[in-house]
Amino acid sequence: MRVNVTVNGEHRRADNVWEGESLLYVLRERLGLPGSKNACEQGECGSCTVYLDGVPACACLVAAGQAEGRDVVTVEGLAEGDELDPVQESFVERGAVQCGFCTPGLLVAAHDLIERVPDPSDVEIREALAGNLCRCTGYEKILDAVRDAAAKKAVR
Amino acid sequence: MSAPARSPQELHDTIAGGIGESPLRPDGTLKVRGEFAYSSDLWHEDMLWGATLRSPHPHARIVRLDVSRALAQPGVHAVLTHEDVPGENVYGLKYQDTPALAADLVRYQGEPIAILAADHPEIARQALKEIVVEYDVLEPITDPERAAHDDTLPKLHPDGNLVRHQRIVKGDPAATADVVVSGVYEIGMQDQAFLGPESGLAVPAEDGGVDLYLATQWLHVDQRQTAKALGLPLEKVRLTLSGVGGAFGGREDLSMQIHSCMLALRTGRPVKMSYNRLESFFGHVHRHPAKMYYEHGATRDGKLVYVRARMYFDGGAYASKTPVVVGNGTTLSVGPYDVPNAHIEGWGVYTNNPTCGAMRGLGAVQPTYAYESQMDKLASALDLDPAELRIRNALSEGSTVVTGQVVDFPAPVAELVQRVRDLPLPPEPAGERDIRELPGGASNTTHGEGVVRGVGYGVTIKNISYAEGLDDYSTARVRLEVLGGEAVAMVHTAAAEVGQGLVTLQQQIARTELGLTRVSVHPADTSVGDAGSSSASRQTYVTGGAVRNACRAVAEAVYARLGVPAEGMSLVGGKVVAADGEVVADLAELLGDTAIEETREFHHRPTYPLDPETGQGDAHVQYGFSAHRAVVDVDLDLGLVKVVQLDCAQDVGKAMNPDAVVAQIQGGSAQGLGLAVMEEILVKDGKVRNPSFTDYLIPTILDMPPMRVDVLERPDPHAPYGVRGVGEPPTISATPAIANAIRAATGLELPRVPIRPEHITGV
Ligand code: FES
Ligand code: FES
Repeated sequence: MRVNVTVNGEHRRADNVWEGESLLYVLRERLGLPGSKNACEQGECGSCTVYLDGVPACACLVAAGQAEGRDVVTVEGLAEGDELDPVQESFVERGAVQCGFCTPGLLVAAHDLIERVPDPSDVEIREALAGNLCRCTGYEKILDAVRDAAAKKAVR
Repeated sequence: MSAPARSPQELHDTIAGGIGESPLRPDGTLKVRGEFAYSSDLWHEDMLWGATLRSPHPHARIVRLDVSRALAQPGVHAVLTHEDVPGENVYGLKYQDTPALAADLVRYQGEPIAILAADHPEIARQALKEIVVEYDVLEPITDPERAAHDDTLPKLHPDGNLVRHQRIVKGDPAATADVVVSGVYEIGMQDQAFLGPESGLAVPAEDGGVDLYLATQWLHVDQRQTAKALGLPLEKVRLTLSGVGGAFGGREDLSMQIHSCMLALRTGRPVKMSYNRLESFFGHVHRHPAKMYYEHGATRDGKLVYVRARMYFDGGAYASKTPVVVGNGTTLSVGPYDVPNAHIEGWGVYTNNPTCGAMRGLGAVQPTYAYESQMDKLASALDLDPAELRIRNALSEGSTVVTGQVVDFPAPVAELVQRVRDLPLPPEPAGERDIRELPGGASNTTHGEGVVRGVGYGVTIKNISYAEGLDDYSTARVRLEVLGGEAVAMVHTAAAEVGQGLVTLQQQIARTELGLTRVSVHPADTSVGDAGSSSASRQTYVTGGAVRNACRAVAEAVYARLGVPAEGMSLVGGKVVAADGEVVADLAELLGDTAIEETREFHHRPTYPLDPETGQGDAHVQYGFSAHRAVVDVDLDLGLVKVVQLDCAQDVGKAMNPDAVVAQIQGGSAQGLGLAVMEEILVKDGKVRNPSFTDYLIPTILDMPPMRVDVLERPDPHAPYGVRGVGEPPTISATPAIANAIRAATGLELPRVPIRPEHITGV
C-alpha cells in the first residue's frame, strides 16, 4: 500500500508498504529517518516516541496505515535548523546522554511535558517519563536536564 | 562495494577541556538530533535482511534439517546451516566450544540452527517458518550444583560439565572463632538489557573479504572469531564500530557477526541483521546465577577470623566468560576485608540453561551480595553497628588479600564506609504522605499504614582489567597535522565507545598531552591495533594509557624535528615551549603540510595465574572500591519496596572527567537496584519465561531514587594518571545495600535476590 504522512512539516509518501509495517519501520527504513529508535518494538521502552498529531505516541505500536494523512514530528524535527531545542541542548549540557539510544524518545516525551507543564515538579517529571527506559544513566542527569530545559524555555 | 550510507561519523565536534575537567561529549549533539548512526540504523542500497532460526528446546538432538522449502520462497536469497560454515564451526572467548550454527546437538533454548537472507524482514520471518527441523528432545540439565558433582549426568561437552573449579586457601582453613554465622544465598539471572539491539551490516568486498559495521565491545576479538569461522585471513574481515546502544558485557560474545558475514558472502549483497527484543534475550549471554554457601567466624570484638565459602556459578550451555567468573568470584570472595584465614571453593558449570557470560561487575556481584549479607548477620550477632563492623575489618594499603597478593596502592575502604555513613539521611516521613512516593506509587492500594523504613550498607572490591596472567593491552595512533592553519590531532583506536564516554576521554588526554584545542576521534575499526575490550572497567586505564603514550611519542617527534632536547620542553597552546617559558616554535609553522603520526601500545604491569591447588597468586592488577548506603520503605502488607535514597562513595584514583564519573556511578547503581528488587530472567526447565520488556523489568525513573555521590581521588601510583576503573563497582555494592536495608526494615532473612513481594509477605 501507499502511505502519505506529514513528517516534520514535510509531506512524505512511502510506496509498497506492507500491511504489517509499523510507523516506526516506515520512518526508519523507508523515509530515511532513523532518529526514532527500535529498542523493544513492543510499546514498553519509549525509545520510538514521536508526536502523532501533537500527542506523543510509540511509533512501534502505530500501524503504518493508521498514520495515513496524519502529522508526525520525530526527534529530527525538534531542532530548528542548526538551533537545538532547549530540551536537546540541556540533555547534552547536563550529561543526560550516554549511549543515547533512549535519548530521542526521552526528548520527545520531555518536550511534550514542558509544553504542557512549563514548570514541572520532580514528581511530575518522573511520572511523565516513566514510560521511557534508560539503561545507562540512572536517570539523575535526565532529571537535571529536564529541570534545566524548563528553566531555559521559561526565559525564552 | 562502498560503505553504508548511514555510517558512523567522525567525531569532529570540538569540545573544550583537558584531563580533570568535564567537557561535553563530542557525539552529544549528533545523538540529540537523532543523527548518530547506531548499528541498527545502518542502511545500504540493495541490502538484504538476515534472520535466524533458533531452537525451541533447551536440549535436543537434531535429527533432520531441511531448508529447501524456505529457499524456494520468493524474496529469499540464501538459507544456510552448519554445513555452510566455510571455516571452523566453533568459536568462544575463553574456550572454543560454541558452534556458529548447531550441527547435531542443541544445548540451549534459542541456539541458532539456520540463517537466511531476504528482501524484507517480514519475508525473512515468514521464511524461517518454512525450515523443517526434527528434534529428538532430551531431558535438560538445569541444576548447577548437580552438574558440578554428579558424573552420571549426560556430558554436554566432551570434557564433561565442569568448566572450572578453583580453590583458595589462606592461613589456617580450619580456624575456629567465638562467633559464627552462616547462610546460603542465591542470585537470579540478570540481563544486561542494553537498549540498542544486536545489529550490524555486512558488506561483501571485491577482494573476497567482508566489511562488517556493527555494535560490539571488542572489535579485534570479534574479527578473530569471525575470520576463523569464515575461513578467511584476518585482513579480509574488517570491522568498523557503529553506534552502540549500551553493552554492559552483553556484547562481548558474538551474536550476528558470523551469520551476517556468511549471508553477505553467499549472496554477494550487503546484509543487515537486527534482533528484536525477544531475539535479543536469546541472542546474548546473561549474568551467572549463583548459589553460595558462606560461613564467617569472628572474635567477640568484631574482627574477622575466617571465611569459608562454596559457590556455584551456572554458566549455561557454553563457557563464554565462566572461567573468569570463577576466577573473579573466588579471588574476590571475602570482599574488601582483612581476613587471616579462608577456604573458598568455586565451581562454574555447563547446563542447558541460557548461556551466561560477561555482565558489569563480572563475578563480583554474586559473592558481594553473599558476604555483605553475612556482614550484616555478623553485626547483628555481635550487636555491632553494621558500618562499624565493616570499618573494623576494612582492607587498607599494605593488606594481604585472600590470594596472598599485597595491596600496593591506596585502598580507602574504611573511609568510603565512613563517608557514605556521614551523608545526610532523608527526613523521616511524617503525617500524610504523597501516595506517589509510597512503595507501589500511584497504583498502591494502601495509604502507607504498613510502611516501615530501613537503612543498609553494601561495600565491594572489584578487580580492574583482565587478570590471571593475561597480557592486557591497548593500541593508539595519534596524528598531528595542520588543518585550516591550526595544529590539530586525530586519535585513532579500536576501543569501543559503548556510551561510557571514552570518545570524550581520548580527546581530553590528547588535548592535555599535546597542548591543543582541536582534537578529533577517528571511528574505531580494525585498521589500527587491538584495544582490548570495553569491559572490566579497563578502557580509561589501558586505552587512556595508550593514547597518552602515542601523544608523548608525537611530542618527542616534534622536539626531534626541531633538534631540541625533549627535556624541559612542552607543548602549550599550539606552541613548543621551553622550561623557562620561552616559545621555541609554532607547531603549525613547524609542521607545514607534513604530519607526524605515532602508534603506541600500553600494557599494564603483569599479573599471574592462580596456583590451581591453593589459589595463591598476584592475579589482579588493581582493585576498585565503592560503598553504598540505601534507605528503603517497605510496605509489609503488599511486599512492595520503594528505595527512598541510594548514596554512594567511590574511590576513582583520578577523576579524569568528574561529571562522567558521577554518571557512571548513577547508572551502575541503577543496575544494582534492578538486581536487588526486580530484574530476573525466569528460567524453568531450561526455558526462558519472560523474554520481553513487559516481563523482564528494568528500573524506570520512578524506581530510581535521588542519589548523592561522593567521589574520592586516591591516585594509584601504578596506573596512568593514577586512574582507577570506575564502571563496575557501583553496580556491585548497590544490590547488597538495598537487600540489607530491606532486611533492616523487615527483620526477614531474605537469602535471595531479586527480592520479590512474596518474599516479604510470605505468601
Ligand atoms: S521501541 Fe517502541 S516502545 Fe520500545
Ligand atoms: S543513555 Fe543509554 S539507554 Fe539511556
